Amino acid sequence: MLSQVIFGVVLVGAVALFVYHIRLLNRTLKIGRPYALEGPSSAHWMQMLRVAVFQQRMMDRPIASAAHWVIYVGFLVINIEVLEIVIDGLTGSHRALAPLLGSAYNLMTVSAEVFLALVFVAAVIFLWRRNIQKLPRFHTAEMRGWPPLDANIILWTEIGLVSALLIMNAADFILQTRGVPPYVQAGAFPVSSLLRPLFEGFSDNTLIAVERAAWWVHILGILAFLNYIPFSKHLHIFLSFPNTYYAPLEVPGKIPSNPALTPTIKEALGLPLENGTAQHSGETIPLGAKDVTELSWKNLLDAYTCTECGRCTSVCPAHLTGKKLSPRKIMMDTRDRLEEIKRAYHKTGHWEPDGRSLLGDYITPEEIWACTTCNACVRACPVLINPVSIIVQLREHLVMEASQAPESLNVMFTNLENNGSPWALPAADRAKWIEA
Amino acid sequence: MPGKTLSAWVSEGTKPEVLYWVGCAASFDDRAQRVARAFTKLLDKAGVTWGILGTEESCTGDPAKRAGNDFLFQMLALQNIQTLNAYEVKTIVATCPHCFNTLRNEYPQLGGNYEVWHHSQYLLHLIQTGRLQVDGAISPDGVVVYHDPCYLGRGNGEYEAPREILRRAGAQLREAPRSKDFALCCGAGGAQMFKEPEPGHKDINIERTEELLALKPDRIAVACPFCMTMITDGTKHAGVHGKVPVQDIAEYLAQRLGLI
Repeated sequence: MLSQVIFGVVLVGAVALFVYHIRLLNRTLKIGRPYALEGPSSAHWMQMLRVAVFQQRMMDRPIASAAHWVIYVGFLVINIEVLEIVIDGLTGSHRALAPLLGSAYNLMTVSAEVFLALVFVAAVIFLWRRNIQKLPRFHTAEMRGWPPLDANIILWTEIGLVSALLIMNAADFILQTRGVPPYVQAGAFPVSSLLRPLFEGFSDNTLIAVERAAWWVHILGILAFLNYIPFSKHLHIFLSFPNTYYAPLEVPGKIPSNPALTPTIKEALGLPLENGTAQHSGETIPLGAKDVTELSWKNLLDAYTCTECGRCTSVCPAHLTGKKLSPRKIMMDTRDRLEEIKRAYHKTGHWEPDGRSLLGDYITPEEIWACTTCNACVRACPVLINPVSIIVQLREHLVMEASQAPESLNVMFTNLENNGSPWALPAADRAKWIEA
Repeated sequence: MPGKTLSAWVSEGTKPEVLYWVGCAASFDDRAQRVARAFTKLLDKAGVTWGILGTEESCTGDPAKRAGNDFLFQMLALQNIQTLNAYEVKTIVATCPHCFNTLRNEYPQLGGNYEVWHHSQYLLHLIQTGRLQVDGAISPDGVVVYHDPCYLGRGNGEYEAPREILRRAGAQLREAPRSKDFALCCGAGGAQMFKEPEPGHKDINIERTEELLALKPDRIAVACPFCMTMITDGTKHAGVHGKVPVQDIAEYLAQRLGLI
């Protein structure tokens, strides 16, 4: 009874803490500017189904894709067993689903066991690629300190969690064959039964202790891990879904213009304003972004969704030729800056400048000026994150607000203004190619 | 048929089938001008009437926008839209993927709605509708490797039209390791064309050209005036300038048809 109470309190507390942090995250996203979803919602659902649920873009890299599928499906399958653990923990039952599912229970335990083994192997493959094979994309400049530690914590935790379940099942299986109550015959254990020789010599009481310890380690591990996720790149397991839903449906070539600027420009050009278009509203028109507060909430959601896989950086032409730009770093910096300011923001409910900013303190002009806007990073991202959007908004701040464009670009702007061409060549010569 | 401006067409009381959006590169750059001439010869051959804006055309605003000057972009765009709408332009063909992308995707927000084609798409359309006759014989020019422009490929999802034109013109196509969705940029996009590259260990166009040359092509085909400049410079750097010609797909086709 006592253990049921303890279990109940820990479960409710852990879930409540997780919900609190997710709600906080939702409020943090509201620090960003509005973002309008365009296109029919059915198309957004389809996009989410394709990209997040069916992981279409993961397939670009088959080995990572296969291992990722295993962990993804394994997570879903093993969760059925976790459901049983929760029921058992709250009611004091043992393998509560067995009588309910009847013969289907064997199917459940067998699939869980198979996936436990597969997830174990997949996590080892991921650890191998990261730490022994040392894939270059996991070892760029921004991947020092916390980010690689975070990744390894996640993988070792997954190995720990599946190991605990396998040990639990192995001990349970032996107790079942010995007929020790309450360990009634239930389920089939093709993988953990292989561990039998390890525990065969143990007494009934030791086995019960092992089984109980593994049970507690597993469920407490899951609840701890759940509350680790809001502070980790592992947030992608939840945020991939909204992020792919809210991602624009348009081709990546399109970069939207700031509609707030249009009336002013039309006025300057002497063009008629459309009916209902507000002239000068008196508000200052935001020009680009210097800090996370000036990015859209979708840009901020992108940043929290990033799992730092580095596919973007590994295909970035600027990065590949030794420039400072790394699209992954753009996303990580955006998230880290947001994390830095969110506490102060939530305390007062509004944003007071702290003398620091995303552009300058996190991202340097050299990085954003190296971008060719080729969209290779956008195409490479398995969850539709768009680093180019942030890069262009930071450039807009440098150019339109701070007047800090590179000199050669200022020359180009002047040519465009004077000649309607990026070069200092007269418009009168535009048709000369025909005569030659 | 010599090229005519829309104002000339209008003064004759008629209108051409398409507006050819020349773009700044083909207006002023010698090499890109040759592409414009090849393309318009193909239009003539197919019996397509075409006009240009001439002195009334100005930059679409692509480099301004991507360099962070949305203000200047909107100024240029709104002026162009005013001109295009005054002529009641319906169909535009561009030989530059940057112009194509901007006209097609970014002008509607500012009130410019047109049917916009990249010349690879339009030429293929002319072939498919039988207006341009191309025999499928293998070209004596041998192996061709096609370099995807970012704003045609990834930017707008058009990978097949330029390849299909090359195939129909008899080219033996060879694909670069990084092609289509994962093609490597030539290094010119995002206004890089108009500035020095940031510090690094290599220029992007060198990296890309080396990759293309490793396939031992007889020719490199491009579909963008900026790629043309960057890849041509890359072949100079590799010491094969002239030996491995860099050609626009329109030039390749026009040559096969004996037009240039």
